[in-house]
Amino acid sequence: MLRNGGEAYWKTKAKAVVERRAKPGSLYDEAVVESVRKGVRQWEESVFGEQAKKLPESRSDFQTASGIALKPLFTPLDVMDADYSDQGYPGVFPYLRGVHPTMYRGRAWTMRMFSGFGTPEDTNKRLKLLLDHGETGLSIAFDMPTLYGYDCDHDRAHGEVGRCGVSVSSLKDMEVIFDGIPLNKVSTSMTINAPATVLTCMYAGVAKRQGVSMEGLRGTVQADMLKEYIAQKEWVYPPEAHLRLVRDLMVFCTKRMPLWNYISISGYHIREAGSSAVQELAFTLADGFGYVELGMEAGLKPEQFAPRLSFFFNSTMDFFEEIAKFRAARKIWAAVLREKYGVKNPRSLLMRFHTQTSGASLTWQQPLNNIVRTTIEALAAVLGGTQSLHTNSFDEAWALPTEKAVQVALRTQQVIAEETGLPTVIDPLGGSYYVEWLTEQMEEEAYKYFDRIESAGGLLKAIKSGYMQREIAENSYRLSRRVEEGKDNVVGVNKYAIKEKKPIDTLKIDFKAQRSQVKRLERVKRERDGAKVQAALTKIGRAFENEGVNSIEPMLKAVLEYATLGEIVQVGREAFGTWREPLIL
Amino acid sequence: MAKKTVSEQRKIRILVAKPGLDGHDRGALVLARALRDAGMEVIYSGLLPSPEQVVQMALDEDVDVVALSLLNGAHMTAFPRVKKLLEKMGGGDIVVVGGGIIPEDDKSKLLKMGITGLYGPGSSLEEIVGHIQERVRKERWGK
Repeated sequence: MLRNGGEAYWKTKAKAVVERRAKPGSLYDEAVVESVRKGVRQWEESVFGEQAKKLPESRSDFQTASGIALKPLFTPLDVMDADYSDQGYPGVFPYLRGVHPTMYRGRAWTMRMFSGFGTPEDTNKRLKLLLDHGETGLSIAFDMPTLYGYDCDHDRAHGEVGRCGVSVSSLKDMEVIFDGIPLNKVSTSMTINAPATVLTCMYAGVAKRQGVSMEGLRGTVQADMLKEYIAQKEWVYPPEAHLRLVRDLMVFCTKRMPLWNYISISGYHIREAGSSAVQELAFTLADGFGYVELGMEAGLKPEQFAPRLSFFFNSTMDFFEEIAKFRAARKIWAAVLREKYGVKNPRSLLMRFHTQTSGASLTWQQPLNNIVRTTIEALAAVLGGTQSLHTNSFDEAWALPTEKAVQVALRTQQVIAEETGLPTVIDPLGGSYYVEWLTEQMEEEAYKYFDRIESAGGLLKAIKSGYMQREIAENSYRLSRRVEEGKDNVVGVNKYAIKEKKPIDTLKIDFKAQRSQVKRLERVKRERDGAKVQAALTKIGRAFENEGVNSIEPMLKAVLEYATLGEIVQVGREAFGTWREPLIL
Repeated sequence: MAKKTVSEQRKIRILVAKPGLDGHDRGALVLARALRDAGMEVIYSGLLPSPEQVVQMALDEDVDVVALSLLNGAHMTAFPRVKKLLEKMGGGDIVVVGGGIIPEDDKSKLLKMGITGLYGPGSSLEEIVGHIQERVRKERWGK
């Protein structure tokens, strides 16, 4: 998948799924099937058909958001192939119905709100507030300079410090963010990719300062560089160089931070960039298989490292399609890991995932309606069996969220968990003709996409040539046109629009963040041992030049000497060069 | 002589650019396609140019319009910087429009600087295209 084009596995697999779906399974007796067939035909012709003649349907093309054509009614005939032996049970291969035997009956999903803005002090305060409100895991957003590996005093950072996440230039900033938050008591997710290795070292550095052992650190770093080239587009180096750093991180963490989830394979950004649910599913899983191969190349056994890979999906407005996507994802992951990569240990076959509701589905118009959208998306994530969830705030099409808006978003999850009874029964939509059919449809389309990626030269080549990027751009244009032409409706946007005068108050971030961050950085540079920093940076450079040397150990040493993020990333720029993406338009 | 209508003029040349550390290119790419479908000659900056590079591209490509998109909160620094640099380097007559996640208070400040449009999520493509054509008609071809 990652490097070799033209692998036959995916073609065979896609064909097998199509063939399986065409054949009746063992659940249905031929006579019963015949009678259902007759009944359905009769209903279609005389009941539904008659009514549709009298009152024509409201539109000519009923379809899912991904463009899968939909009939008015699904019946046993649509899932006849399923003999349910290939579905398994919750906690049992292939985990279609959930990764845990007890699912939410044991414990609700982790409510993890992504937050971070301004200075480390601001973010520290927000994190403590969320912990006080019952949040169970931390999730940090970084500002753009940090995401691109620039210190707050770099020319490119001007005007961007702390604006859409917290600014981190050195270990000192991280010490402030986690001040008073014992790292042995929380799990932390850090949404960082290109400089993920540096931030992991900084987190380990904070633990060291707090006297907490690295071995026990729990959390996740995104580090999913493949999707950066596909969708989020926050890279520094060419793909091969970033993949090498991810590989170093995998090897290092396997030894030294065994509970650290070092890659969060993300469909979220792929979806937000404009992909369909099918593309999100296919590209994300393809990336996942890519990382499995990367780890194997480094000499690790998938058996050993697969439990450290987690996933991150989007949940947006086509309710049933989203649920089907989550269910299909679990099944494909487990099946391919077992079949293609030879993984046997059940723990290593589990697809655990975080979900975030869709930012792109939020409207600027009538922003309070976004609470409803987020609720529906959160329901889909829970019905899809997510392990953790972030719910967006209603004001996020306007600005970063206010505390009040964040509280409503968190309460949305708490209402679902506490008041609806929804967590009681596992995979409650299992067995729905429509949901089961759609789950299989997603599965089939994903395998077909894997085969197309192989035909495009394998994952790495497809990314470098812009294949997925163009597929996504094509779909996002299609979606925009559909709204523009009134084929899809968005309430408050192209339907039920009203004139509004500033409907909500929004969070304001002042420019003080930049000034105070630059000041702290100056102090850090003044107080550190310059010669030790230089020596540490030179060692990182040597590791970068030599494929055989793991670069994380010297990076950790440099971070502890207060070498800055920008300095470390710059060493990489000199060793690896930078990257310009192929033309997408 | 009567003013020519937009369709009688040469094609509008427009640079769609993201002048900052911001990979959110969905809106910019969709807009670029829509502008092209509306008959404009579209140049896309690619990702991560600095304001200086955007201005250089605008001058090199001799565009009528620069359409700026940022969703990273840096619009109050990057948009004015592009506008000022254009003025300084002889591109003061180039129409500058913008869009992204732009809070209301910032909008009025940007409008005062002559950066208009300021479309956010949920804006119609037709409206954006119309606004750009309107400004070009008035400011570039009306003189």
